[in-house]
Amino acid sequence: MSYELIVNGVEFEVASPGMRRLLDVLREDLGLSGTKEGCGEGECGACTVLLDGEPVVSCLVPVCQADGHAVRTVEGLATAGPQGPVLSPLQAAFLEAGGAQCGICTPGMLMSAEAFLASGASPTEEAIREAIAGNLCRCTGYTKIVEAIELAASGRGVDAASDA
Amino acid sequence: MTITTRPGPAAPVSPAAPSPVRLPRAGELARGHARGAPLRREGPAKLTGTALYADDLVTPGAWYGATIRSTEPHARLLGLDFGAEFDWSRVVVVTAEDIPGDNVVSLITDDQPILVPVHGEIRHQAEPVALLAAADRDTLREAKARLSLRTEPLAPVFDPLVSSQVFAHYEMGKGDIAAGFAAADLVVEGTYRVGHTEQLYIENQAMIAIPREDGGMTVTGSLQCPYYVHKALKRALALDSERAVVIQAETGGGFGGKEEYPSLLAVHAALLARRIGRPVRMIYDRHEDIAATTKRHPAIVTHRTGVTRDGRIVAQEIDLVLDGGAYCTLSPVVLSRATIHAGGPYDVPDVRITSRAVATNTPPNGAFRGFGAPQVEFAAEMQVNRIAETLGISPLELRRRNVYREGGVTPTRQVLRESVAAEEVLERAAEAAEFERIRERTARERAARTAGVRTARGIGLALGWHGAGFTGSGEERMGSVASVELTAEGAIRILTASTEMGQGTKTIFPQLVADELGVPYDAVEIAPQDTSIVPDSGPTVASRTAMVVGGLIVKAARRLRAQVEERTGRPFAESYLHDAQTWGGTREDERFEPYPGVHFDDATYTGDAYPAFGWACAVAEVEVDLDTGEVAVRSVVAADDVGRVIHPVLAEGQVEGGTLQAVGYATIEEIKLHDGRYLNDRLQTYLIPTAVDAPRIDAILVEAPFAGAPHGAKGVGELPMDVGAPAVVAAIHDATGVWIHDLPASPERILAALDGHKPPGPPGISA
Repeated sequence: MSYELIVNGVEFEVASPGMRRLLDVLREDLGLSGTKEGCGEGECGACTVLLDGEPVVSCLVPVCQADGHAVRTVEGLATAGPQGPVLSPLQAAFLEAGGAQCGICTPGMLMSAEAFLASGASPTEEAIREAIAGNLCRCTGYTKIVEAIELAASGRGVDAASDA
Repeated sequence: MTITTRPGPAAPVSPAAPSPVRLPRAGELARGHARGAPLRREGPAKLTGTALYADDLVTPGAWYGATIRSTEPHARLLGLDFGAEFDWSRVVVVTAEDIPGDNVVSLITDDQPILVPVHGEIRHQAEPVALLAAADRDTLREAKARLSLRTEPLAPVFDPLVSSQVFAHYEMGKGDIAAGFAAADLVVEGTYRVGHTEQLYIENQAMIAIPREDGGMTVTGSLQCPYYVHKALKRALALDSERAVVIQAETGGGFGGKEEYPSLLAVHAALLARRIGRPVRMIYDRHEDIAATTKRHPAIVTHRTGVTRDGRIVAQEIDLVLDGGAYCTLSPVVLSRATIHAGGPYDVPDVRITSRAVATNTPPNGAFRGFGAPQVEFAAEMQVNRIAETLGISPLELRRRNVYREGGVTPTRQVLRESVAAEEVLERAAEAAEFERIRERTARERAARTAGVRTARGIGLALGWHGAGFTGSGEERMGSVASVELTAEGAIRILTASTEMGQGTKTIFPQLVADELGVPYDAVEIAPQDTSIVPDSGPTVASRTAMVVGGLIVKAARRLRAQVEERTGRPFAESYLHDAQTWGGTREDERFEPYPGVHFDDATYTGDAYPAFGWACAVAEVEVDLDTGEVAVRSVVAADDVGRVIHPVLAEGQVEGGTLQAVGYATIEEIKLHDGRYLNDRLQTYLIPTAVDAPRIDAILVEAPFAGAPHGAKGVGELPMDVGAPAVVAAIHDATGVWIHDLPASPERILAALDGHKPPGPPGISA
């Protein structure tokens, strides 16, 4: 079967069995390996992407369900700059506050945080923790992740140019 | 967070010339976020999704590998049955007969096979017997389902207390234990038990092997210790050093879990790749990762403690049993650290500690943040808190009367000459958490509690110590090398095998070297962790990276600077480009030299077990639901003495992350066993704390520098793991009045204790 996905604003036509995981289509067919697999059963949140703006675990989404929809991945957060990608305020806040350690949960964590910030909900500590409760991190104790999201919400995150 | 500082180490750390990036100085660790320290070196790649972990690497033409494992805990392997209905030419199979070198993967003892041979002994449920590879995953799955094992069952042993096979044992002590107990006013006894727990790095074990044109093998993967893998690969494939190459991919967490297991997985992938002549990917799923890889050692710790009525601990008799699992792996070293730390950070005149690590028919247990210390320090702190209750002395006050101070003597008869911050971390944490004030409040609440009140609040405290770096003469035997070079092109490059797995190696190393050379942070590069490029600077374990390897590169940078400045007559920063153009490259290799005045005798097991100790205190506040037994840990104040803070944000990150792992250890984490198999081998059933479960963590960094290291650092990774769990369990006691002697303090155990029943013990350990 053939499916149409709008990934990070770009349209793709993907030939794939319909029940294949969106995670595999992103990583293997589209080469977007920023989205990670941690458990393969929707428990760890490492594979979180946004489907029409809503966070979903892409290991539990068959590609047929994403047909015609907009998918946003970690690769869609930074913008192009003259010296390479420019981190989004959320990414810059994670870098500044120390919200990423080993980095494997980071892409999924960023997507959940991005959806939370976009929702316009009041960024209290409790609301932030609730928003990322489906994303497991084993490194940080979550303290600096919460701080990073608070920092991004307050608009104080620096725009860190990056040549990554 | 707050920082306290002490006078700096003996050696000067400040370069003469002003430098654009420098380490934070005493008293100037700025408020706010980045706080003057550089941003994480590989942070942008991780944040944009461009960092390449093993599973992200594209390997054209690669086949997929899988492992055929035993399903029995103990058996004789009689043979392999290849299902007739499958075309076996579609896959390749590797068995023990296909191993060109030794069929052994070993760190201490040559007991663990790479693959169990026919007629060999299967010793645990997840033991590898054969390997399969196929061009696609579906074929691999099909083949896997059609390959079965013929076995003859043997009697298994699961209970460490009845196992008769001993991997290692120790006996150590000081003073006269009989005299100590004779001087005691009363004796307090207790037994404390902990089961298996899982590191649960979020990236599963992953390895890719690629045959080399020279007949050798390159293996790239998720790992902590490139040279451990290198050694295993050379031996199994009968390769020389040059034709075995190990490269670390970006690594998604380790916590000890990627110290030893990657050697086995790398050899498996390499055997398949050698057989097919093409790359092979072996990427575990979560189920296989939990089912087959190493866990924290279960432990049974028995204390008998003599105390005086005025709160002095005068005698400690401790017996410790660790469950090593099916093979020796690192158990003797884990046991050694556990034994040395078993008494806790207290200066007790008469001490006797006996210990053993034994075999059971479960997968081998191994390294996990703390390496034996969290188990025994949980027991030691439980014991001290129970003594405080028995004597009616505040847990804070009891510790004040017994903690190590400078001049204290440990059970290995090590005199603590310097860098002893037990009292300081204790007072800092207690003050910041308002321990005594809140304890008075919770006592009032407990006294006034009526039947209608169903939530109970409590506060608890624990103190700990952690020997910095390898135990005993380990570092001397290892003889690690690290290098700093000025290339002919004018680049400054650090060469070490120390891996980045989130803790910050790639940031603090350039920071240390930039500071030493007086150049900007960005001017210092770090070479990839590739055994064909970097020297063997030892494994990335034991909280030794900042202290030991960091110390080596500081010394190497000093020598480089001196050489260049001697040649040019000008400050390094102004002259190194010119020096490189004129003289070509300069490389300084620094080999580990024993720290001055540090001696350990392996034969008698006495002396300086560690060059220095780090000190930690945690104060936890909890709320216990008296109907469900659920515990919410509301806050933890963690004061940790790391010697010297190199990067405040990264150091706090270690303390916060380690503290939450300890909270998980205290409350929810426990592997369930049936016939030596792990039942909860997935994230749905093995729970770790989420952001909602996590307490507010207030990290307090204390600096009591170690003069033997040129920069004063002692390490930070493992310290916080030692104290969180006993603090939480003490808080549960403060809230409810019941002691939970076994980890985790699960709702099941708390409810049983509240009902006056004996709570169920850890799986597999006899009562």
